[in-house]
Formats: sequence, C-alpha cells, structure tokens
Amino acid sequence: MQIKVKLFATLRENREKEMMMDLTQGATPKDIIERLNIPKEEAAIIIINGRNAKPDRVLEDNDVVAIFPAVGGG
Amino acid sequence: MNKFIRIDMTAMKVTTEEVPEKYAGLGGRALTSNFVANEVKPTCHALGKNNKIIFAPGLLSGTAAPNSGRISVGAKSPLTGGIKESNAGGTFSQKMAKMGIKALVIEGMPADDKYHIIKIDMNGVTIEDAPAEIIGGCGNYKAIEVLSAKYGEKVGIALAGPAGEHRLPSANISFKDPEGNMRSAGRGGLGAVLGSKKVKALVIDETGAVAVPIADPEKFRAASKVFAKALLDHPVAGKGLAAYGTDVLVNILNEAGGLPAKNFTAGRIDHNDNISGETMNATITERGGEGKVSHGCHAGCIIRCSQWYTDKQGKYITSGFEYETIWGLGADAGIKDLDDIAYIDREMDDIGIDSIETAVAVACAMEGGLLPWGDGKAVLEAVKGIAVPTPLGRIIGSGTAVVGKVCGLFRVPVVKDQAIPAYDPRPVKGIGLTYATTPMGADHTAGYCISGNILKVGADIDPLKKDGQIEYSRAMQIGTASVDSTGMCLFVYFGIADNPGGYQALIDMINSQYGISLTATDVDKLGESVLKVERAFNKAAGFTNAHDRLPEFFEYEPCPPHNVVWDFTPEEIDEVYNF
Ligand code: SF4
Repeated sequence: MQIKVKLFATLRENREKEMMMDLTQGATPKDIIERLNIPKEEAAIIIINGRNAKPDRVLEDNDVVAIFPAVGGG
Repeated sequence: MNKFIRIDMTAMKVTTEEVPEKYAGLGGRALTSNFVANEVKPTCHALGKNNKIIFAPGLLSGTAAPNSGRISVGAKSPLTGGIKESNAGGTFSQKMAKMGIKALVIEGMPADDKYHIIKIDMNGVTIEDAPAEIIGGCGNYKAIEVLSAKYGEKVGIALAGPAGEHRLPSANISFKDPEGNMRSAGRGGLGAVLGSKKVKALVIDETGAVAVPIADPEKFRAASKVFAKALLDHPVAGKGLAAYGTDVLVNILNEAGGLPAKNFTAGRIDHNDNISGETMNATITERGGEGKVSHGCHAGCIIRCSQWYTDKQGKYITSGFEYETIWGLGADAGIKDLDDIAYIDREMDDIGIDSIETAVAVACAMEGGLLPWGDGKAVLEAVKGIAVPTPLGRIIGSGTAVVGKVCGLFRVPVVKDQAIPAYDPRPVKGIGLTYATTPMGADHTAGYCISGNILKVGADIDPLKKDGQIEYSRAMQIGTASVDSTGMCLFVYFGIADNPGGYQALIDMINSQYGISLTATDVDKLGESVLKVERAFNKAAGFTNAHDRLPEFFEYEPCPPHNVVWDFTPEEIDEVYNF
C-alpha cells in the first residue's frame, strides 16, 4: 500500500522532508520510523490524517503519516 | 524587595513606601492582580484617572535562577474591560529586583497634554519631560536609541509607542532587551493605559544596586542547578525552541488541522512550508550576516526561543518573531511571504501594538473588504497608518472586535473582546475552554492546553474529544497563574511538566531565596487565589458567566478538515472555574 510520509524539524536532517512509501499490509508507523533510521525516542509525535496516533497503529492505503520530534512553543 | 513606589501623575508626586504586609509574599501576576483588585475601581474607565497601572518583577527575578527575568504589568484593560496581566522579557524586571523595588505603580493623570519620562535610579524617582523627538509618531526602535543615549546605554526601558500615545485598545508596552531591541507586554492594551497617564516611558538605571539577597545561598545554588538541568535535558526546552523558535508550531498545528486559516474558516493551509519554523531557521542560516537562529530575551534565559530574522542582505529586520504573529498574518490573513510578515512584525513592534490582536484584526478587515486577502504590502501600509493615525489605522489598532463591528461581521474571533490566537478551538477543544474562561479574554498562554492536546507534553488528551478537557484547562490555568507569579518564562513548563524533580527545584529556589517552606500544594493554592481574585474583579466590573463563551459561529460552522464544531455546553464550560 502507498503511504505518504512527512518529517519535520530535526527529523529532516539528512532525510527527505516528504516521501511516498510502499508498505505491506499491516504496517505501522513503527515500521516507517525503523526504515528511516529514526531513533525511537525522537519520533515523539505521530499524526495520521490529522489525528494523533500511537506508533503501533495499523496503517491503511493512502494514509498520510506526519512524524515530529518533541516540539513546543506558544 | 522592600520598596513599593507610587507615582501620582495628578499631583506629580512620588512616594516610596514599605511593601504592604499583604503583598510581602507575592510577585509578578499574583502581585499585580491582587493590587488591581484592591485598588482599581472595577467599573472605572480604563483610560480615566481611576485606573492604575502596576509593574512588578516575579518572585525570582534578579536572581541567578534561569529564565526568571519576566516582568508583569497589570491594570484594568481598555480592550477587554476586565483585569489584565501581561508579562514580558527584557532587562527591566531584573533591574527592578536588584534595586529592591517590589512594585512601581502609576496612578492619576495630569491635566495637560505633555508626555513624561519616569526616571528610576538608586537616588529615587523623578518625573521629567519626555524628549520632543520621541513624541508624536517616533518609532520604538528610535525612541529606545534616543533614551539610551540620554540616560545611558545600559538602562532598562518600558515604553508606550505611537499606538499607546493614541490610546488604542491594542497598544502594548515595549521593554528594551539586552541588545536594545524590544520585547512586549503585548495583550490587552496596557500601552494605552500608560499613554492615558501621559507617561511615554519608564527608564531604570540600577547603577549602585547590590545583588538580590538570598536567605540560603547554598540551597539556592543547588536547586538552580537541578532546575537548569531539567530545562536543558528536555528536548523542547533544551533544544527545539532554540533551533526553530515557537514558529515550529505552524507545521504541527497544520497537520493536526487546528491552524486557523482565512479568518477561522478552515484549520489547514497549503502554504505552510513558506512560513514554518523549519523555513525560518533555514532562511536565517542561509542569509548569514546579523541573523541569529536563537536568542534570549533577557540575561539568564537558557531556552532562547527568540531569534534575529534578517533580510536578503543579512541585515536585522526583527527579533522575537513568534508563531502567533506568523500564524496570524501568514495563515489567518493568508500572507504567503515570510519576509513580508517580518516587515509587518517589525512595524508592529515599532508602533507598539499587540501583534496577535493586530494580525487577527487584519484578517477580519480582509473578510470585511477593508484590505485585500493575503496582501502583505497593503497590510504593511495599513499598519504604518496606525502610527499616524489614519482612520483605517485607528480601526485596526482598536482590535478585532471593533473591526468586526465596523465591517458588519458575525465571524469575529474574540472572547471578552480580545482576539483568539493561533489554535482553533473546534478541533483543539482544551484550548477553547481556556479562551472562554480565563479572566484575561481569549489568551492561549493563560492555560496552554495545546501541550497535552497536540504536543503530548504533560498529558495525552484527544484534542477532538471533550474527555478530560475541563479538568485539564482548570489545572493549566491554575499552574500558569503560579508560574506567572515567579518571574519565570512560561516555557519552563516544557522542562518541568514531566519532571517532578524540576518542578520541586523551582519551589526550592523560591524557598531558599525567601527562607520559607512552600509546598507544591501552597503553590497551587497561590495560583487558585490569583484566578479567584481576577475573576472577582471581572464580576464587579460587570462580567457574568455569559461572557465565558466562545463566539457563536464556532457552534455552527464546522472547521475543515475535521469538520467539527464547538460543542461544550454552557454548564460544562462553567465547570472549569468550579474550584
Ligand atoms: S524562552 Fe523565549 S520568551 Fe522565554 S525567556 Fe527565553 S527568549 Fe524569552
């Protein structure tokens, strides 16, 4: 299945900021994080189609997965 | 801090008193709000002689505690008609604290039209005529230069800009920062109160002052070390804010569908990359020259969320280029060019006008046909007009609620006449409760529920659901009222929210400075008491629970992409202040 992956802030260092990924059924954000060599603790916030999600959420075809390090402001 | 100074602008008289007993244990917002509640007639006109304005450093200001240099300013707000506390960085707070000044109060109002400078040094306080060249439209950058040349490069300055002289309801107070640029006590129009009292600026020179006394220096040092480590070890407080500034929030709010766009008609934009923190960081780095990716707004800030943004030649345009401003102009008003936004930000600082209120007002003016959508150049001209003031400048400088009325709009994003900032309350429900209920009028910093709703710091709450939000907004508002009383920058929250040791260190610093033994419960109680005092003032000023509501359009206009509406009932909203 095709998944759109977006990376932000420090996660963009030495990585593309946006990419399409071909993943097998049953894949989760965890698989993406591993494939991109992102240390687990650095993937602090995961947003799938505009909703916060956990790393073990099973993905569906055409999902948009945004991964952020810990960020803050205000 | 043992001096309580009153400056009576009617009699042109200064009195220095001992700190009244009831204020002895208070600082920052706790002090300003208690003072306003005790001494300002709630029904007075905010620009009349019965309003009083108070400046107070936080409890820890002037010490070596990291990030403790914030100053609180309080008065009745000409924007909301309720109580106001607005705080800022800069050098003023630390100087006041070192001079032992717990509070500076300005009351009364002179009969004539002359502007004054209030000069504070170790010999006392004098009221002087303001230099003619800084009156009548002179920008704040220039005014700071003139005052620094006259009184000394190192002096601290609090300043009403042209907007304050015109007594516009969104005029701010600007504080000189360590490099001679400025930080603002932005919200609620306190610059207009200063202007109404014919005070152009306060100038403070701490030459001859000694260090702030610390009851138990060893314990203080140890606690301060633990506290600093908690901040520096946290990925947000120690690293993220310095690299990307607060503007890092553009992308995450956009992904979450909570970035208000085109006067709150959507929660997402397509040009997010133009205005994001990532882009700002890359632009500053690429342009080199005077640019700085990170910068602290006062000595002792170790988080350093501020920055110097530059033009293509690497020359300074503006500093403290915040997410809320960039969101307001970039997403809400649809201006797609970060340089355009930077020039408008600079202009707003120079005129001394709240950049949140003004940006939201501009977006409303666009909906109302007063300005073309997304036109940065037109907005810059209109904002420049505030200093003149042109009729359009006066309208925009009067804030979002006035613009909405002038244009005959129903979609007017304000609570208690103060503009709603950069997080849509429909898809991020926790923050909506804070906007609705804080005595300050819509204000994200009064109880930053974005933290647990979106950023997952300190809590993990579904932003689209109601569950847990009432308790969360209440707790955040109470905690914030406490932190605002310490002189700490609110961003220390990121370092201590998930670190009980860091929070304890903050309390230990206060205890070892004053030789007292507050517990975490006492600190919570302090926060609660501040909110109660503020709310009581508002009630006496005529506010009821019906004012604790979001604008009605949020209830019937779904916000895409989630297509959700604001659905808290009045009874649920009222629960927030049930403590
Ligand atoms: S973190 Fe930012 S707002 Fe806070 S004290 Fe530092 S520069 Fe100022």
